[in-house]
Amino acid sequence: MPQVGVSPPRVDGLDKVTGAARYVDDIQPPGVLFGRTVRSQVPHARLDAIELDPDFDWSQVTVVTAEDLTGPNVIALITDDQPALVPVGGNIRHVDEAVALVAAPTKPMAEAARKAITLVTTPLEAVFSIEDSIAKSALLHGEDNVFKRFEIKKGDVALGFAEADHIIEHTYRTGAQEQMYIEPQGVIASWAGEAGAETVKLIGSLQCPYYVHKALKALYELPDERVIVTQAVTGGGFGGKEEYPSMISAHATLLARKAQKPVKLVYERDEDVAATTKRHPSRTIHKLGFKKDGTLVAAEVDVVIDAGAYATLSEVVLSRAVLHAAGPYKIPHVRIVGRAVATNHPPHGAFRGFGAPQTTFAYERQIAKAAALVGQDAFAFRRHNMYRLGDVTATGQTLRESVATEEVLAAVEATLAKPGPRPRVEGPSIKRGRGIAFYNHGAGFTGSGEERLKGQATLALLPDGRFEVRSSSTDIGQGAQTTFGQIAAMAAGIPTEQIVVAQPSTDLVPDSGPTVASRTCMVVGHVVGQAASQLKERVEAYAKANDLDPQDRAAVAAHSPEELQTTVTYRPPPGIVWDDQTYSGDAYPVFGWACCLVDLAVDTDTLEVTVERCVHAVDVGKAINPRIVQGQIEGGTLQALGWALWESVLYKEGRVLNQRMTNSIIPTAIEAPELEAVLVEVPYSHGPHGAKGVGEIPMDGPAAAVANALEQALGVATDELPLLPETLDRLTRGGAA
Amino acid sequence: MKLELKVNGETRSVEASPIARLLDVLREEISLTGTKEGCGEGECGACTILIDGKPVNSCLVPAAQAQGAELTTIEGLADRCGYGRQGATPLQTAIVEWGGTQCGICTPGIAVCAQALLAEEPAPSRERIREALAGNLCRCTGYQLIVDAVAAAAEASAGSQA
Repeated sequence: MPQVGVSPPRVDGLDKVTGAARYVDDIQPPGVLFGRTVRSQVPHARLDAIELDPDFDWSQVTVVTAEDLTGPNVIALITDDQPALVPVGGNIRHVDEAVALVAAPTKPMAEAARKAITLVTTPLEAVFSIEDSIAKSALLHGEDNVFKRFEIKKGDVALGFAEADHIIEHTYRTGAQEQMYIEPQGVIASWAGEAGAETVKLIGSLQCPYYVHKALKALYELPDERVIVTQAVTGGGFGGKEEYPSMISAHATLLARKAQKPVKLVYERDEDVAATTKRHPSRTIHKLGFKKDGTLVAAEVDVVIDAGAYATLSEVVLSRAVLHAAGPYKIPHVRIVGRAVATNHPPHGAFRGFGAPQTTFAYERQIAKAAALVGQDAFAFRRHNMYRLGDVTATGQTLRESVATEEVLAAVEATLAKPGPRPRVEGPSIKRGRGIAFYNHGAGFTGSGEERLKGQATLALLPDGRFEVRSSSTDIGQGAQTTFGQIAAMAAGIPTEQIVVAQPSTDLVPDSGPTVASRTCMVVGHVVGQAASQLKERVEAYAKANDLDPQDRAAVAAHSPEELQTTVTYRPPPGIVWDDQTYSGDAYPVFGWACCLVDLAVDTDTLEVTVERCVHAVDVGKAINPRIVQGQIEGGTLQALGWALWESVLYKEGRVLNQRMTNSIIPTAIEAPELEAVLVEVPYSHGPHGAKGVGEIPMDGPAAAVANALEQALGVATDELPLLPETLDRLTRGGAA
Repeated sequence: MKLELKVNGETRSVEASPIARLLDVLREEISLTGTKEGCGEGECGACTILIDGKPVNSCLVPAAQAQGAELTTIEGLADRCGYGRQGATPLQTAIVEWGGTQCGICTPGIAVCAQALLAEEPAPSRERIREALAGNLCRCTGYQLIVDAVAAAAEASAGSQA
């Protein structure tokens, strides 16, 4: 019986449903201290002094400031511009920036100590919008506030627009979005070993153990082996635990080093919402030219994202935004310019979709308007212009395989042939609309990224005869452990129960690259399969050479003087060519394709929106575990509906006003519609059994489908997100953004 | 102050502040860490336990007020339902089999809440299941497979009793 394409239950499911799974806050080392973070209350200021209340009893409290750093004061990521703690004399660049740390034997004492520290600051002029940043109302970075600029060119847009019968140009805006994983960020840090040769140990809720490893090595100037980072069972990430864990890990380890005791640092919900990264707000000006018959001839796109106070991951988010800005459409003349600009917001960062949802919203609104203008059916217009095998993208990439544009459109149409759910709301004030969105998402790291990463996975023969998968790809809920187990079992020709997947820890597993970019199954899964198949051959060869029964793997393990294992390094498919200078070539090894349809009802009295039907066809190449893939599509879809309709981050002068779950809402089971996920499988030759990435693509398009449906229902241009009732109220009264 | 709490069928004596949250006493004093904290203000439902069979956010209950009541946490759910201390209820099994758990941090609260629903209403409609779970936030699943799991468990139970 095949072990892929079937849905065994998750290997971690029983522990999770019985409460046995241990998350970081469930771990309580003896003598642990509780940490708290002292944060700035101003968006931009010089830090003049850190004052400790002389009347407070500090005898049991450890206090850390930037003065306690022995190495560089930096959170190492891409551009090393973000300090671990703002030093006295340095500049605070956003509200809720970390300035000092405290640890105490009890949580109330730590909280009291936090409140007994005052920051003395001199205010500086701050910037809170993309427009003000571009206008340089204050200079925060370099000469123009631009952290990064990308440009993509194909053909000649001037020529293209000259050939067009229609040109439409509109501005689209999207808001920040909080990941709102239900488990807040948290880590436990400790130091062990003799003075001068200590090892720092960190266990935490995190996506990328080797990112934290890199950051701690840089902070303490330590060699690889003296930093050990372990992932605890992680209660959701969605990108939010990609980069920020390096910050909280720096803080906890600093406290633990000074206190010489283990320190637990777990954020309260309001602190997590206020201080950690969110999806980048964006502004996209999109100009589209097309013929009377609907043929697209030119697109010019100017996308700007609000990076916030530090560069962090904005450069790579912007990269994905521009690389997805032309969509799954054949357009002969394209120019795309992207900028990530500095503001005094807390840094925005990784969130499922990673820049693609912002530009997808813009182009799918444009496509809907263009189709309406030439009087074409939404499906027909898209079909007329979509990529097919052999077409060339805006970056000059020839689509050589696995183009599922027709398949995903047809899958949604086929679902419509069946009866839909009954209306969820009725009444004279109800208006209805239908919208679709059609898009693609590049799987894996951009351009030459996978070549640079050289992700590895190890398979090892355990003493009991089972195979162990060792990789740094974390299971943050998406089902990596189960999926890897199935891939390895299939490759080794043994039952899935004979595979165990090690919890990632940097002293035990190789660097597989980060758990991001829809790459875990497709890229790391690929090497897991190769390693499993090689280990099987090694075990068989060893058994043969030593006259053992190859089926009795425990006996082989016992006989071998050393652990039998094999490590495989990822090699991208041949023929991938990418030029970082001209931003041209093969942007991604392969794309996933998707189409989402939304039927909704809007109450014209209250402007409350009810999603009545949501069909989402997503091409995943091959579903290793269809149930897990279904869960990925449905979960991503609801996050996208939330971004479109209900979720907003309210910034006032750089501070997040809605820091609690009471006012920073995410959809409940009641807002959520019955979700109809359709799995489309057009295989990719270099993925395990044809699998491509699935993690992010469900997030990209549903918001545009919602906006397109709302435009149909209300007859207003729904060009911004979120489309809260108050937004719709303003739009129906004729107000612009 | 000294508190006597009846948790999962056992009487536990603990020392706690009179205003200590029940959630903290369960997690920190009795080491029942299956009950999770997601928000601390009764919005997310990750801390749901049963008090006399009714689902309650344990982050909102002062521990002192829980004295005299029958408390059931996720660790005692299967035992309370007659499936033994180390077991899982058919509903819990269904949640795993249907893919109703991903990251799992909301899962104990959801399992406890849905079990209470099925005890009250053995055959709830899908709308009713959604209503009952509206106080339990899940960010991973989109709720679809959770609702499927609860509906399937209800159906299986109806089938076995028919």
